[in-house]
Parts: sequence; structure tokens; C-alpha cells
Amino acid sequence: MVDLIALTPCAGLLPLTVGNLALAEVDAGPIHLIAPFRGGQAATDAALSKALGLEMPGPQATTRKGAARMLSVGPGQALLLGAAPPALDQAAVTDQSDGWAVVSVTGPDAREVLMRLVPVDLHPGAFAVGATARTMVGHMTASVTRTDEEAFEIIVFRSMARTLVHELSEAATGVAARG
Amino acid sequence: MRIPCPHCGTRDLREFTYQGAALAQPEGDWSPDWDSYLHLRDNPAGETRDRWYHNPCGTWVVVTRDTVSHAVTGGIAAREAGA
Ligand SMILES: [Zn+2]
Repeated sequence: MVDLIALTPCAGLLPLTVGNLALAEVDAGPIHLIAPFRGGQAATDAALSKALGLEMPGPQATTRKGAARMLSVGPGQALLLGAAPPALDQAAVTDQSDGWAVVSVTGPDAREVLMRLVPVDLHPGAFAVGATARTMVGHMTASVTRTDEEAFEIIVFRSMARTLVHELSEAATGVAARG
Repeated sequence: MRIPCPHCGTRDLREFTYQGAALAQPEGDWSPDWDSYLHLRDNPAGETRDRWYHNPCGTWVVVTRDTVSHAVTGGIAAREAGA
């Protein structure tokens, strides 16, 4: 009998500090994709609200209640992180807990670094705390969310974890070298 | 070029994949209309409509743009555009 060892997507890669930027893996808990069927949005929101105290976010938005949070990832689709979903008979629910790498990017230069990789305006005026975008980090499709004034969270497919850490550390090294 | 995604707002070209002319599919069985639909394309100097796929969010967008001025004048979700 072989004992399997569970490894997180960024095991051995993070945490990392480059200049004043801190990169760390986020243990997001369970992650489910929730996509209401046609006409099922209201019933899904009601069930989520009853069980977890939050509803599905609108475009480019997030919702949060305690440890449970949701972020919009496309028209009529959102990821639920940090809590198991209730029974939803009006939505497609997919457990993707092991499918995503979640990385926090924190520090005074966080926006400067991401500006080199993400083709979206991340100025606080256009991208406030709680905003999320389906966009790209380098060549990777990603969700980028602002979690605080100087903190972002990036979610990519698990298989992209090493590339993500490489892209972020390279960009951070470039920004830090400017002094 | 920047393209308006109805879900995400205006985004950089690199987030999109070009998916060809936005043409209405002919009705019914094989006919010369199908031949035109599959093989014949105009090459307009001016307004044109084509489909673009917004890779990060999965929205198919019908984009109206001008091939002379390069202005992008509109983008609506393909499921609402009827084409
Ligand atoms: Zn989009």
C-alpha cells in the first residue's frame, strides 16, 4: 500500500518575498463552480442566501459572508470558495477544489508588478477592493481580485502554478530593481 | 484594438480570439445559401460585423467595427445578437 502525500498546487514554490512584494499560497478551502440553469438564478440565490448568507455576485464583483465568498468568473457563473454549497437543484455545481492555484500578491508595489502582466486597469479608482476580473496574467487565463488596498489574489488552473510564480517573481524582480 | 465584452467591459485585444464573420445561418436543408454562408465573404471597406471570443470569461461577442478607421463601435453578446 502506497501512502499518498497531499501537496498544495504551490508546494515548494511559495512563500516568496521579492523586494517589498510578498507572494503566498492561499488555502481557499473547498472551491465550487456554480452556474444556475436558465431561469434558476433567483432560486439559486435564495438557497445560497439561506445556507451561507450570500448571493451570487454580479459581473466583475465578489460577495462575502464570513469564510464563504463568491467571485464572478463569467456570465451566469461564479466560484464559491471557503464553504461547501448547499443543495442547489436549479444550478450546475462542480467541485473544483483541487483544480485551482490561489496566490496572494501583497505589498506597496503589488499594483506596479501586476501592471506588467495584467491588461486591465488596476488603479483603485477603476478596480476597488472587492472587484474581480477574468483576464490574463502573462499568457495565462486568470481571475484577479483586489482583496485590499495593496493586496490582490490571483487564481489560475493548478497546472499553471509554477508558471504563475515564475511570472510574478520575474516582474517583481524588475520592479524592485528600479529602486 | 480594444473590444467591448458585454460581461467584462472594454478589454485589450490579446484577451480575444477572432471567430469569423457574424453571419446569420441559413434555414433548412442544403441550398446555394449554405455555400455562400460557408465559403463567400465580403471584404468591406467600412463597417463590418464579426464574432470574437472573450477567452477569460467565455462570452461570444458580435463586434461592429470599421475596417477603414479601425473604430470599434459596438459589442453585444452573440446569444442576444441573433447571429
Ligand atoms: Zn468577458
